[in-house]
Parts: sequence; structure tokens; C-alpha cells
Amino acid sequence: MAERERIVGIDLGTTNSLVAYMEADGPVIIPSEDGTRLVPSVVALTEDGAAVGNAARKTLVERPQDAVYSAKRLMGRGVEDVREELKLFPFRLAQNIQPGDVLRLKLRDRELTPPEISAYILQQLKRNAERYFGGPITKAVVTVPAYFNDAQRQATKDAGRIAGLEVLRLVNEPTAAALAYGLDRNHEGTVAVYDFGGGTFDVSILKLSDGIFEVIATSGDTHLGGDDLDNLLLTVALDDIAGEMKIDVRQSGEAVQRLRSAVIDAKIELSSQEEATIDITLPGDEPYRRTITREQFEQLAEPVLQRTAGPVRQALKDAGITPEQIDEVVLVGGSTRIPRVRALVDDLFRLSARGKQPHTELNPDEVVALGAAVQAHILSGGSVATEDMLLLDVTPLSLGIEALGGVVAKIIQRNSTVPASATEHFTTGLEGQTNVAIHVVQGERELAADCRSLARFDLTGIPPMAAGLPRIEVKFLIDANGILHVSAREQRSGKESEIEVKPTYGLTDDQVETMILESFDYAEDDFRKRQAIEARLEAEKLLELVDKAPKHPAWKQLDAIEIANIAETKSALEKLKNSDDYKAIRTSMEALDKATRRFAELQLDDAVSSAIRGQTMTEAGDHIGDGPTAPHPFAPAEIEER
Amino acid sequence: MTQTQLQSAGVVCWACGAEHGPGAPLCPSCNKVQPPVAGADYFAALGLPRLLQIDIAALEKQFYKLSRRLHPDLYATSAPEQQQWSTEQSSLLNDAYRTLKDPVDRTRYLLQLEGASIEGESEKDRAAAKASGKAREQKVPPDLLEEVFELNMQLEELRMGGDDPDLKQQLQSARNGFTQQLGACDTQLQQLWRRWDLAWEAKDESGKSAAKDQLVALLNRRNYIRNLVRDVNEALGE
Repeated sequence: MAERERIVGIDLGTTNSLVAYMEADGPVIIPSEDGTRLVPSVVALTEDGAAVGNAARKTLVERPQDAVYSAKRLMGRGVEDVREELKLFPFRLAQNIQPGDVLRLKLRDRELTPPEISAYILQQLKRNAERYFGGPITKAVVTVPAYFNDAQRQATKDAGRIAGLEVLRLVNEPTAAALAYGLDRNHEGTVAVYDFGGGTFDVSILKLSDGIFEVIATSGDTHLGGDDLDNLLLTVALDDIAGEMKIDVRQSGEAVQRLRSAVIDAKIELSSQEEATIDITLPGDEPYRRTITREQFEQLAEPVLQRTAGPVRQALKDAGITPEQIDEVVLVGGSTRIPRVRALVDDLFRLSARGKQPHTELNPDEVVALGAAVQAHILSGGSVATEDMLLLDVTPLSLGIEALGGVVAKIIQRNSTVPASATEHFTTGLEGQTNVAIHVVQGERELAADCRSLARFDLTGIPPMAAGLPRIEVKFLIDANGILHVSAREQRSGKESEIEVKPTYGLTDDQVETMILESFDYAEDDFRKRQAIEARLEAEKLLELVDKAPKHPAWKQLDAIEIANIAETKSALEKLKNSDDYKAIRTSMEALDKATRRFAELQLDDAVSSAIRGQTMTEAGDHIGDGPTAPHPFAPAEIEER
Repeated sequence: MTQTQLQSAGVVCWACGAEHGPGAPLCPSCNKVQPPVAGADYFAALGLPRLLQIDIAALEKQFYKLSRRLHPDLYATSAPEQQQWSTEQSSLLNDAYRTLKDPVDRTRYLLQLEGASIEGESEKDRAAAKASGKAREQKVPPDLLEEVFELNMQLEELRMGGDDPDLKQQLQSARNGFTQQLGACDTQLQQLWRRWDLAWEAKDESGKSAAKDQLVALLNRRNYIRNLVRDVNEALGE
């Protein structure tokens, strides 16, 4: 039997990303080349091309304008959504972004959309997996926060396409975690997953029964995470420095970055220690030192942590159960290491009161990726380990259409199991009207303006009829990834209406195609730069040899034209060698090579006759080594033309 | 498509070539997903007769069983066409399960299938009412006229800024009364289910028609009371 294609599971996180694969005895994290398991979700552009993860962190500190982190916060969002984000994160938006445009970030000399930035991270994970397996990886399951809306999901799928990965399924992060825990299949009953990560918070309530993982309700906040705690600590430190030391370091990107990483270290330390000390040197060699106690941190963090309580209560309410009916609680995400978070969870689900403990056996940073690998395995056909395992997930937000007066008519309720569909009928309001505009939104609010605009459709090509006579059936279908599809039919004429889907915040198919091409272009660009560096090194070696040539006796045998020719081609190469055009460098090298060919031959003859005259081979060799030999050592490198 | 057209055409399974009846989501021979058929209803999707008394535990079992065969996860590496069928068949199954497991949604759906209509029920009607600011045009059940009149007076008073604790208490007690009536509706609903099921099984058309009319009236009444309770809760800020 042919070997099944490997499908990997990817956790594309706000702070860290991971790739995992289901081996025969369970899911494993695939390490990076440097042996680390977490790839920081940082992308940097350097003169050698894009760097991702730990390699990009250095750039983040030294040249913050060339690096970006937490880009997941911007996925599928418009410029008017991210104002608050921009105050807290050093995202540098490109100029002239209009409302409704996909965001573009300035990074070094380029402008990148959030999906393109995520694509760099996915490409790195793909490479890690390819190195691990020694073969190509083209398919993946990628996790998203359960509370991600349609645009954010679509953006994640687009990122996969740009990275050269077919995203077979988007799996909700808390559900993936439940899958990882549910592998032993002894779990039955009702489970709550509390997933507090770097940038997002999700809570899902699942019913486990005989291998079926049925999500009953989910809720969350896509902009609530450990990042927010970091920002609080950072603000305190910056105010501190500005107030007591009268230094404003906010203008120094580098100092802010170093301070940020110091407060993150302190935050982590406070999960195991009663106090932590921030100790760094500011610009101007000013030392800054401050001790924070756990109590101070908890006071500071409390309002942020309390924001997780609302979604928990909402999910319980939607599931129609009380906290006491939750049999097990699973903790996911690095922020669940904070003792105060654990206390809050204990309180929300009345755990210790019922003699229960939350599940923390699996590493909270890795559990989502492990679950993604399990789902990838199920999609590839499964095995005894995953037999009968099936995930039934829900859509986190209600889907609606804008009706008269800007109010929303809900057509698919939140927490509906996906795939889910709804059929609506529309008609015309004017005699002979041939198109009808439909505005699709996602959210729970009453007014369309308060919901998330997903797309505007134009039902076009309606046969002209009296007002109200056409009957257009529009089918809305949310697929297993939580992504909306729309189709329409005019029923009286039986004509399929054409629908032009214009996603409000997403990339169009054409845009994604262009980005795929661009990423090839840039891959080629990176390739070119490498080639140019190699060619330059070889050219310098050649020029060095030519510089020494006049000292050689053979030089005297050259005529004036030959010497002029060498001088001319040499100066041409000297001018060209620092360009990035490796082809031009190579051509110029060939010209100089050709001009010096007779000299090389004379030199060789000279060496041979010297040998006959009784010189040792070693000396002859030395001479030969001094000058160009034939065949020339600087034959052009083999370059595959694309 | 009419029922007779549906039944006249046999279907050949794309996967195993076995011939089977039309409209089945799965091939009975090889259990592979079949192309969706226009007009498939929720009862058919779950392989159920059009009866209103449903054993919820059995329904869940059936839903899980079919999900294990139809879900897109099982067709993730299949041809795009089969993926599409699986997505459509799964969505029908999910929509069907969600609707039929809820007592009111199930009743409403069956009535719709049987050609009955319920006032002010559609989301569009609700939205249109909200947009125009007009009250939902619903007939007040005659036996409630007096109570509703009084309740509306009290609500108006409260909205005008009345902060009288007595007023609030009156409203709360009225609300509790209506909530009780909602419970009574649910008991009645179950009795009517039985009536419908018996008529359906006996192929008693006039019995079905009578049960249908009673169910429509009951759902309208239930709807009306539910809206009242919601209005009072809103006014009380609860």
C-alpha cells in the first residue's frame, strides 16, 4: 500500500508557533534546527531575507522597525478595528490604508499584510517538518482561536496558501486541546477548556461520548491574552523610568523592546516566585532596577484576568449548564501558569469545592499543536488510535443579514454545529430591478453597524420582472472550518444568479494568488542575493590574482592591446562586483577571464619549462597557484535558470 | 420536485455501484456519502417519520451514527466533489438535529412542512418590526386581553419613569403568572404532539388537520406570552 501523505498539525500562535505530527505511539512536537520546540511568532526582514523565530528575535531588539511580533492580532481586521492595538503594540502601518482595506505593515523596505507575515511563520514550520521527515510537506491542519470570526479564519487559510500549505482543516484551539487530552478515550462527560494564551482567550464546553467530541458552546475574546499583562507591566516600568529617572525611553524602539523582554521574564518568574526583579541598563548606561511582588502583579493583572470570567459564564449559559455540571476542566495556554488565573478558574468552576483539580498534565504551550496533529491524523484516514474519534465543532458567532433599517436578521445562531446552513429568500423592490445587494454580518448585536461586516454580495443578472416577483433563493453555508460560502438561484426563471463576493476585510482570491507569486519572487530575490554574495567573493579572488599578474615573467610577453584589454575588463568587474546582479558579475568575470586567457597559458608554459629546467614540482605548483591556471578555477558556478 | 418524481428514479452509488432508493444521504451498501437531493427534509435526514414525539437520547445516537459517516473529516482527502457532498449532507444533518431536538423548533418545523404558518415567526418579520418601531402585529389571545391591557398600562408607567416599588412588584408578579402560563403551554404541547402522532399513524387526514390547527394556535399563544415575559424583563432591567 502506498504510504499515506503526511499531514502535520500546526499551532499558529500569537506568541509562539509549533508544528506536530502523530507518530505511531502518539503526537510529538517537531523541533526546530536549533532543537527548540517553540518557534517565537516573530518575523524579521534582514539583508539576507526573512528570518523567523529565535533568528528574528535579535533583529527585534536591535532594529525593531525591521521585525514584527503578535501579528496574529491583526489577522482579518481593518484599520478602524486596530486603533487600540496600535497604542499598545509597535505595529507600523503603511500609509494610505483606507477603511475596508486589508492592513499592510511596514517592515524594512516592504509592506506586508498579516497573512503574508503569518505565511513566513508557516513556511518556517513547514521547513522544520520537511527537515525532520526528509521529504516535502504540503498539507496541514492549522489551529485558530475558537472565537475567530470568518475574516480571521479566512486570513489564516490564506496564510497557509501563501506559504505553500494546503490547509485541510482549521481546528479551534480549545477543541484541539480536548482532542490531545481525549486520546486515552477514558474521558466521558462534560469538559470545559479554558484557553488563555498570548493574545487570545477562548472557553469551550464539550460533551465527550464514545469518541465523539461535541462542542456545545464556545465563547471568548480574540484580543485578550498574556500580551495584555506584558503591556501593563511595561507601562508601569516606562512611567517609572519617566517619573523617577526623567528618561523618556518610549522613543527608543530598542530600549522598549529590551524592557518588554525584561518584564516578560519577570511575569514568568512571578508564577513560581513571590517576587521578581527587573534589572536592565537603559540608553546612556543608566541602570534601571525594580522589584515587583506577586501581590503587586496580581493587583495590576486582576482587571485583565476578570475579563475571562464573562465569556466563561456566557458559555455555561449557552450550554444550559451550571459550573457544577462540568466534570473536567482543561487548562491551555501559557497564561494559565499564573497562580491567580488558576485560582480564578477554580472559583469559576467550583473545582476545589468539589474535590477536583484542573488538567495540566500536558504542557499548556504544546497541547494545542499536539491536538492539531491528532486531527491531522484523523483527516489522513486515522488508525486504531483515533478510530471512532470525531470532532463536532460549532460556529462561535451568529450569522446575520442586514435588513431594513440596519437591523440584523439572524440566520444561523451562534453555537450551531458546523457545517451549518440557512436558506433565505429575497426579492426586488423596484420594477425591472436586476440586482439585489446583500450585506452579511457576524455577531450578536442588534444593529448591523455593531456587528462584524463579513461581505457584501450583489445578486446580479436577475431577469427584469415586476417588483417583488423574482424569488431569489440564497444559501448560506458555514463549512467545517467555520468559513462562509454563499450560493444563489433565481427560482422563477430557474436562472443561477451570479454572485460577486466581496469580502469586507479579506483578501480576494486574486490578491492571494498575487501574494503566492510574490512570495516566489521574494524567494527568488533571496536566492539572487545569495548568488550575488558568492559571485562577489569569487570576483574578489580573481581580481586579486589579476593584480599580481604584472609581477609574473609571462606578463612581459603580452602585447599592449592585450594589457589594455585586461585593464579594461578588470576595471569593469571592479565596478560591478558590489552590485546585487549576480548574472552581470558572472558575465564580467567571464570577460576578464577571456582577456587573461593567453596570459594564463603563457604562465602555464613558463611553469612547465621551469620544471624541465630542474625546478621542483612544488615550486612550479606554487607558481601555478599564484596565477590563473587553465582550465580556470573560476568557472561560473552552475546556476539553474528559472 | 414532487414526491412521485423522487420515487421513480433509482440512484446508483458513485462509490460501489450498488443501486439504492433516492434521497438517502448514505449508500446502504458501502456507507459512502451520496449527492444531496433537492427538497430533503429534516425528518428524512435523520431517517425519521414525521412524528412529534421523539426520544431525545435515541435522536442523539442516530445523529452521532450518521455524523460518523457523513462528516467532512472523513472526506478531507477525497475528491472536491465528494468533499462538497459531505459538507452539504453534514450541514443538513446538523441543521436537522438542532431543529428536531428542540421541542418548539421541531413543532414549528413540522407545521411549516405541513403548510401551516405561524405569525411573526420569521427572523425577517422580527427584524422588520424592530426596524419600523411598530409593535409586532400579533393577535392577543382573547382570554389574555384583560391581563395584557393592565400589563401594558403598568409597563407604560414604568417607562415614564415610575419608580414605585409597588409597581415593580406588580410587574414581577404578572411576569411570574405569565411564566407559569408558558409552562402550561409546554404541557399542552405534549398532548397535541400525541394527537398529531396518532392521526399521522392512522393516516387520519381530518385528525391531522385538526391537530395542526391546534398546534398553530398554541404556538402563537406561546409566542405571545414569551414576548410579554421578555418585555417585562427588559422593562425591569432583568
